[in-house]
Amino acid sequence: MTDPHMKTPARAPLPDRAARDVVLPILRIQPSKGWAPLKLDELWEYRELLYFLTWRDIKVRYKQTVLGVAWAVLQPVMTMAVFSLIFGVLGRIPSNGPYPVSCFAALVPWTFFAYGLSQGSNSLVGSQSLIKKVYFPRLIIPISSVMSGLVDLLIAFAVLLAMMPCFRVWPTVNIVWLPLFLLLALTTSLGVGLWLSALNVEYRDVRYAVPFLTQFWMFATPIAYSSNLLNKLDPYPFGTVAKTLYSLNPMVGVVEGFRWALMGGANTRPGLMIGASALSAVLVLVSGAFYFRRMERNFADVV
Amino acid sequence: MSDVAIQVEKLGKLYRLEARRVGYKTFRETVTQWFHGSGSEPQSERESFWALKDVSLEIKRGEVVGIIGRNGAGKSTLLKVLSRITEPTEGFADIHGRVGSLLEVGTGFHPELTGRENIFLNGAILGMRRAEIEARFDEIVAFSEVEKFLHTPVKHYSSGMYLRLAFAVAAHLEPEILLVDEVLAVGDAQFQNKCLGKMSEVAEGGRTVLFVSHDMTSILQLSTRALLLETGRVKLIGPTDQVVSAYLTQTGARSHNLGQRRDRQGDGSARMVAIAFANPAGQLLQNVPSGAPLIVRVNIQTTLAKLQPEEIWLDMTFRDSLGHPVTCVSTRFSPPAPREGLSNKSFALVCSIPRLLLVEDTYALDLWLGYRSGHCDVVQRAADIQVTSGDFFGTGRAPRSRRHGAALTPHSWTLAEPTAEPASA
Repeated sequence: MTDPHMKTPARAPLPDRAARDVVLPILRIQPSKGWAPLKLDELWEYRELLYFLTWRDIKVRYKQTVLGVAWAVLQPVMTMAVFSLIFGVLGRIPSNGPYPVSCFAALVPWTFFAYGLSQGSNSLVGSQSLIKKVYFPRLIIPISSVMSGLVDLLIAFAVLLAMMPCFRVWPTVNIVWLPLFLLLALTTSLGVGLWLSALNVEYRDVRYAVPFLTQFWMFATPIAYSSNLLNKLDPYPFGTVAKTLYSLNPMVGVVEGFRWALMGGANTRPGLMIGASALSAVLVLVSGAFYFRRMERNFADVV
Repeated sequence: MSDVAIQVEKLGKLYRLEARRVGYKTFRETVTQWFHGSGSEPQSERESFWALKDVSLEIKRGEVVGIIGRNGAGKSTLLKVLSRITEPTEGFADIHGRVGSLLEVGTGFHPELTGRENIFLNGAILGMRRAEIEARFDEIVAFSEVEKFLHTPVKHYSSGMYLRLAFAVAAHLEPEILLVDEVLAVGDAQFQNKCLGKMSEVAEGGRTVLFVSHDMTSILQLSTRALLLETGRVKLIGPTDQVVSAYLTQTGARSHNLGQRRDRQGDGSARMVAIAFANPAGQLLQNVPSGAPLIVRVNIQTTLAKLQPEEIWLDMTFRDSLGHPVTCVSTRFSPPAPREGLSNKSFALVCSIPRLLLVEDTYALDLWLGYRSGHCDVVQRAADIQVTSGDFFGTGRAPRSRRHGAALTPHSWTLAEPTAEPASA
């Protein structure tokens, strides 16, 4: 009964209408049980829909707002200002390089992640009418929600690049690794988004949990501080263990990666940390995708 | 090679009522369930029902099949399963070819986006490729008649414009198999005609169409075969006219007991105890096509000693769904002939209407019973009769909504030489 749904015949269907009496692809609709295959090929076939839904989310995002896209800049900049004042100036939290740059370099990927977390987790419930009336691979919905945050990320990133020279910080060659950290951020928010969106269909508790989750997660990520702060725990071997456990939070790798790629610095190269983060990000994504596919069959009935 | 488009075998869909009513559960409930073990299983078994059960059918390529049945018969569920929106619980269906489904007009339209943007978005949602949409873009715009407002957000559209645009996109969907739910029931008469025209164009184009409708005219006009569903099962599948007439005389029709009604007026010396609708063959009806004959039968019991049944007055007033009286039949206008040997304590008055000249609507019947100078019995809304649109003129075209008025008028036209213009002064 776990049979995948597509049985593709040997001959491919011709698009030509005149050649009607060729074998058409046969689709079998039947109940499925347990873990379903991801069907990434089908997802690929629907890439145009993914594009249109992402485009819609971006387009509609700042409609009927006075400040418009300025919000994409305002949010991280204000947070940075507050953090710089409280933690940087008053708290004297140490950082590699100027505190505001270090903080903003962390806020750029973090804002993207937090946006993906909240939009992604609400995406399925918000698209009820689509889910109940049209078929398409449901994975597209949370994916497009998360992807639509990329535009804001690019804008905020441009602000960061403009801001760095003001603090006499110059990007190093490490910047070539930045796309990799961006990918890690995307993987993380997608993975978490898949889990939460599917959970939210059945348990609306998610809606209330997400703001808390975001807040806790933010403090578990080195945004207001640098992860070097953990070195204070030093007594070997607990320091290393604690640090590794800490970096199982994939956003730790993302944030430290961003800082390292942009600001360089001698002893800040976060190798082990990034490895652990990448591993857990991939785990979250893969498990999230399978969990999502497993729950998917009930979406239209339950949502 | 086979020419089958859709093959359905023993398809069933079970809905858990619990899940449908509550909509979603909270985490706490699930946790509580863990602690209480799996004892809830038999309960959920009890609170479930089969929206579809043992549905088997085969549809050939190029067929246009109308699906009819009462509300809750499983029509929409069948389309949902076939379009993969929801999974069946048992059985399977094989679909040969690309499926397009149109279960709602304007799915995914975003109010903030312009008409043009929504065409692309909606097209993509319905499964069209970007190139396809671009190729048909001008056609879609022309069909929708909203050229001037293409760059206006659709939230500023009138509901008519919105519908036209939405349908225009859907109408240009060109899959091998098209599944259509009752989407034609919206919009004004002119728009409906346009949609019907487009549907028959699609049907003639050799594509397979499955569509749900409550409108018997379009079912009769468009489909080659019809499928009648009743409580989730296939009641009948076959030639359209047979299935439609079976639907119209479905066993759900019954006589309405009036004995229990307390909301009545009159002195009670004579009372109406039941009312029923039937066709001339005596089969009970609950809906009747426009233009068809209709028999209404009212059972009466009296305590009046010397009552002559033919002298009793019975008025039946048909009110449309807006509550306006539309027509009245009465023994005062057309009295029955006396009948020998009839008990004057309990008898029936039977009204024969050779052709029902009403447009489609639900009509409520108000009954008034009188004898000589007294009001014996008055019952408002004694029964409802559903008039469906029928092929009244034998041309496949009939007024489709109340826009054309409440009554049908039998008529014919001829062509003639013009008469001489009266000389102007």
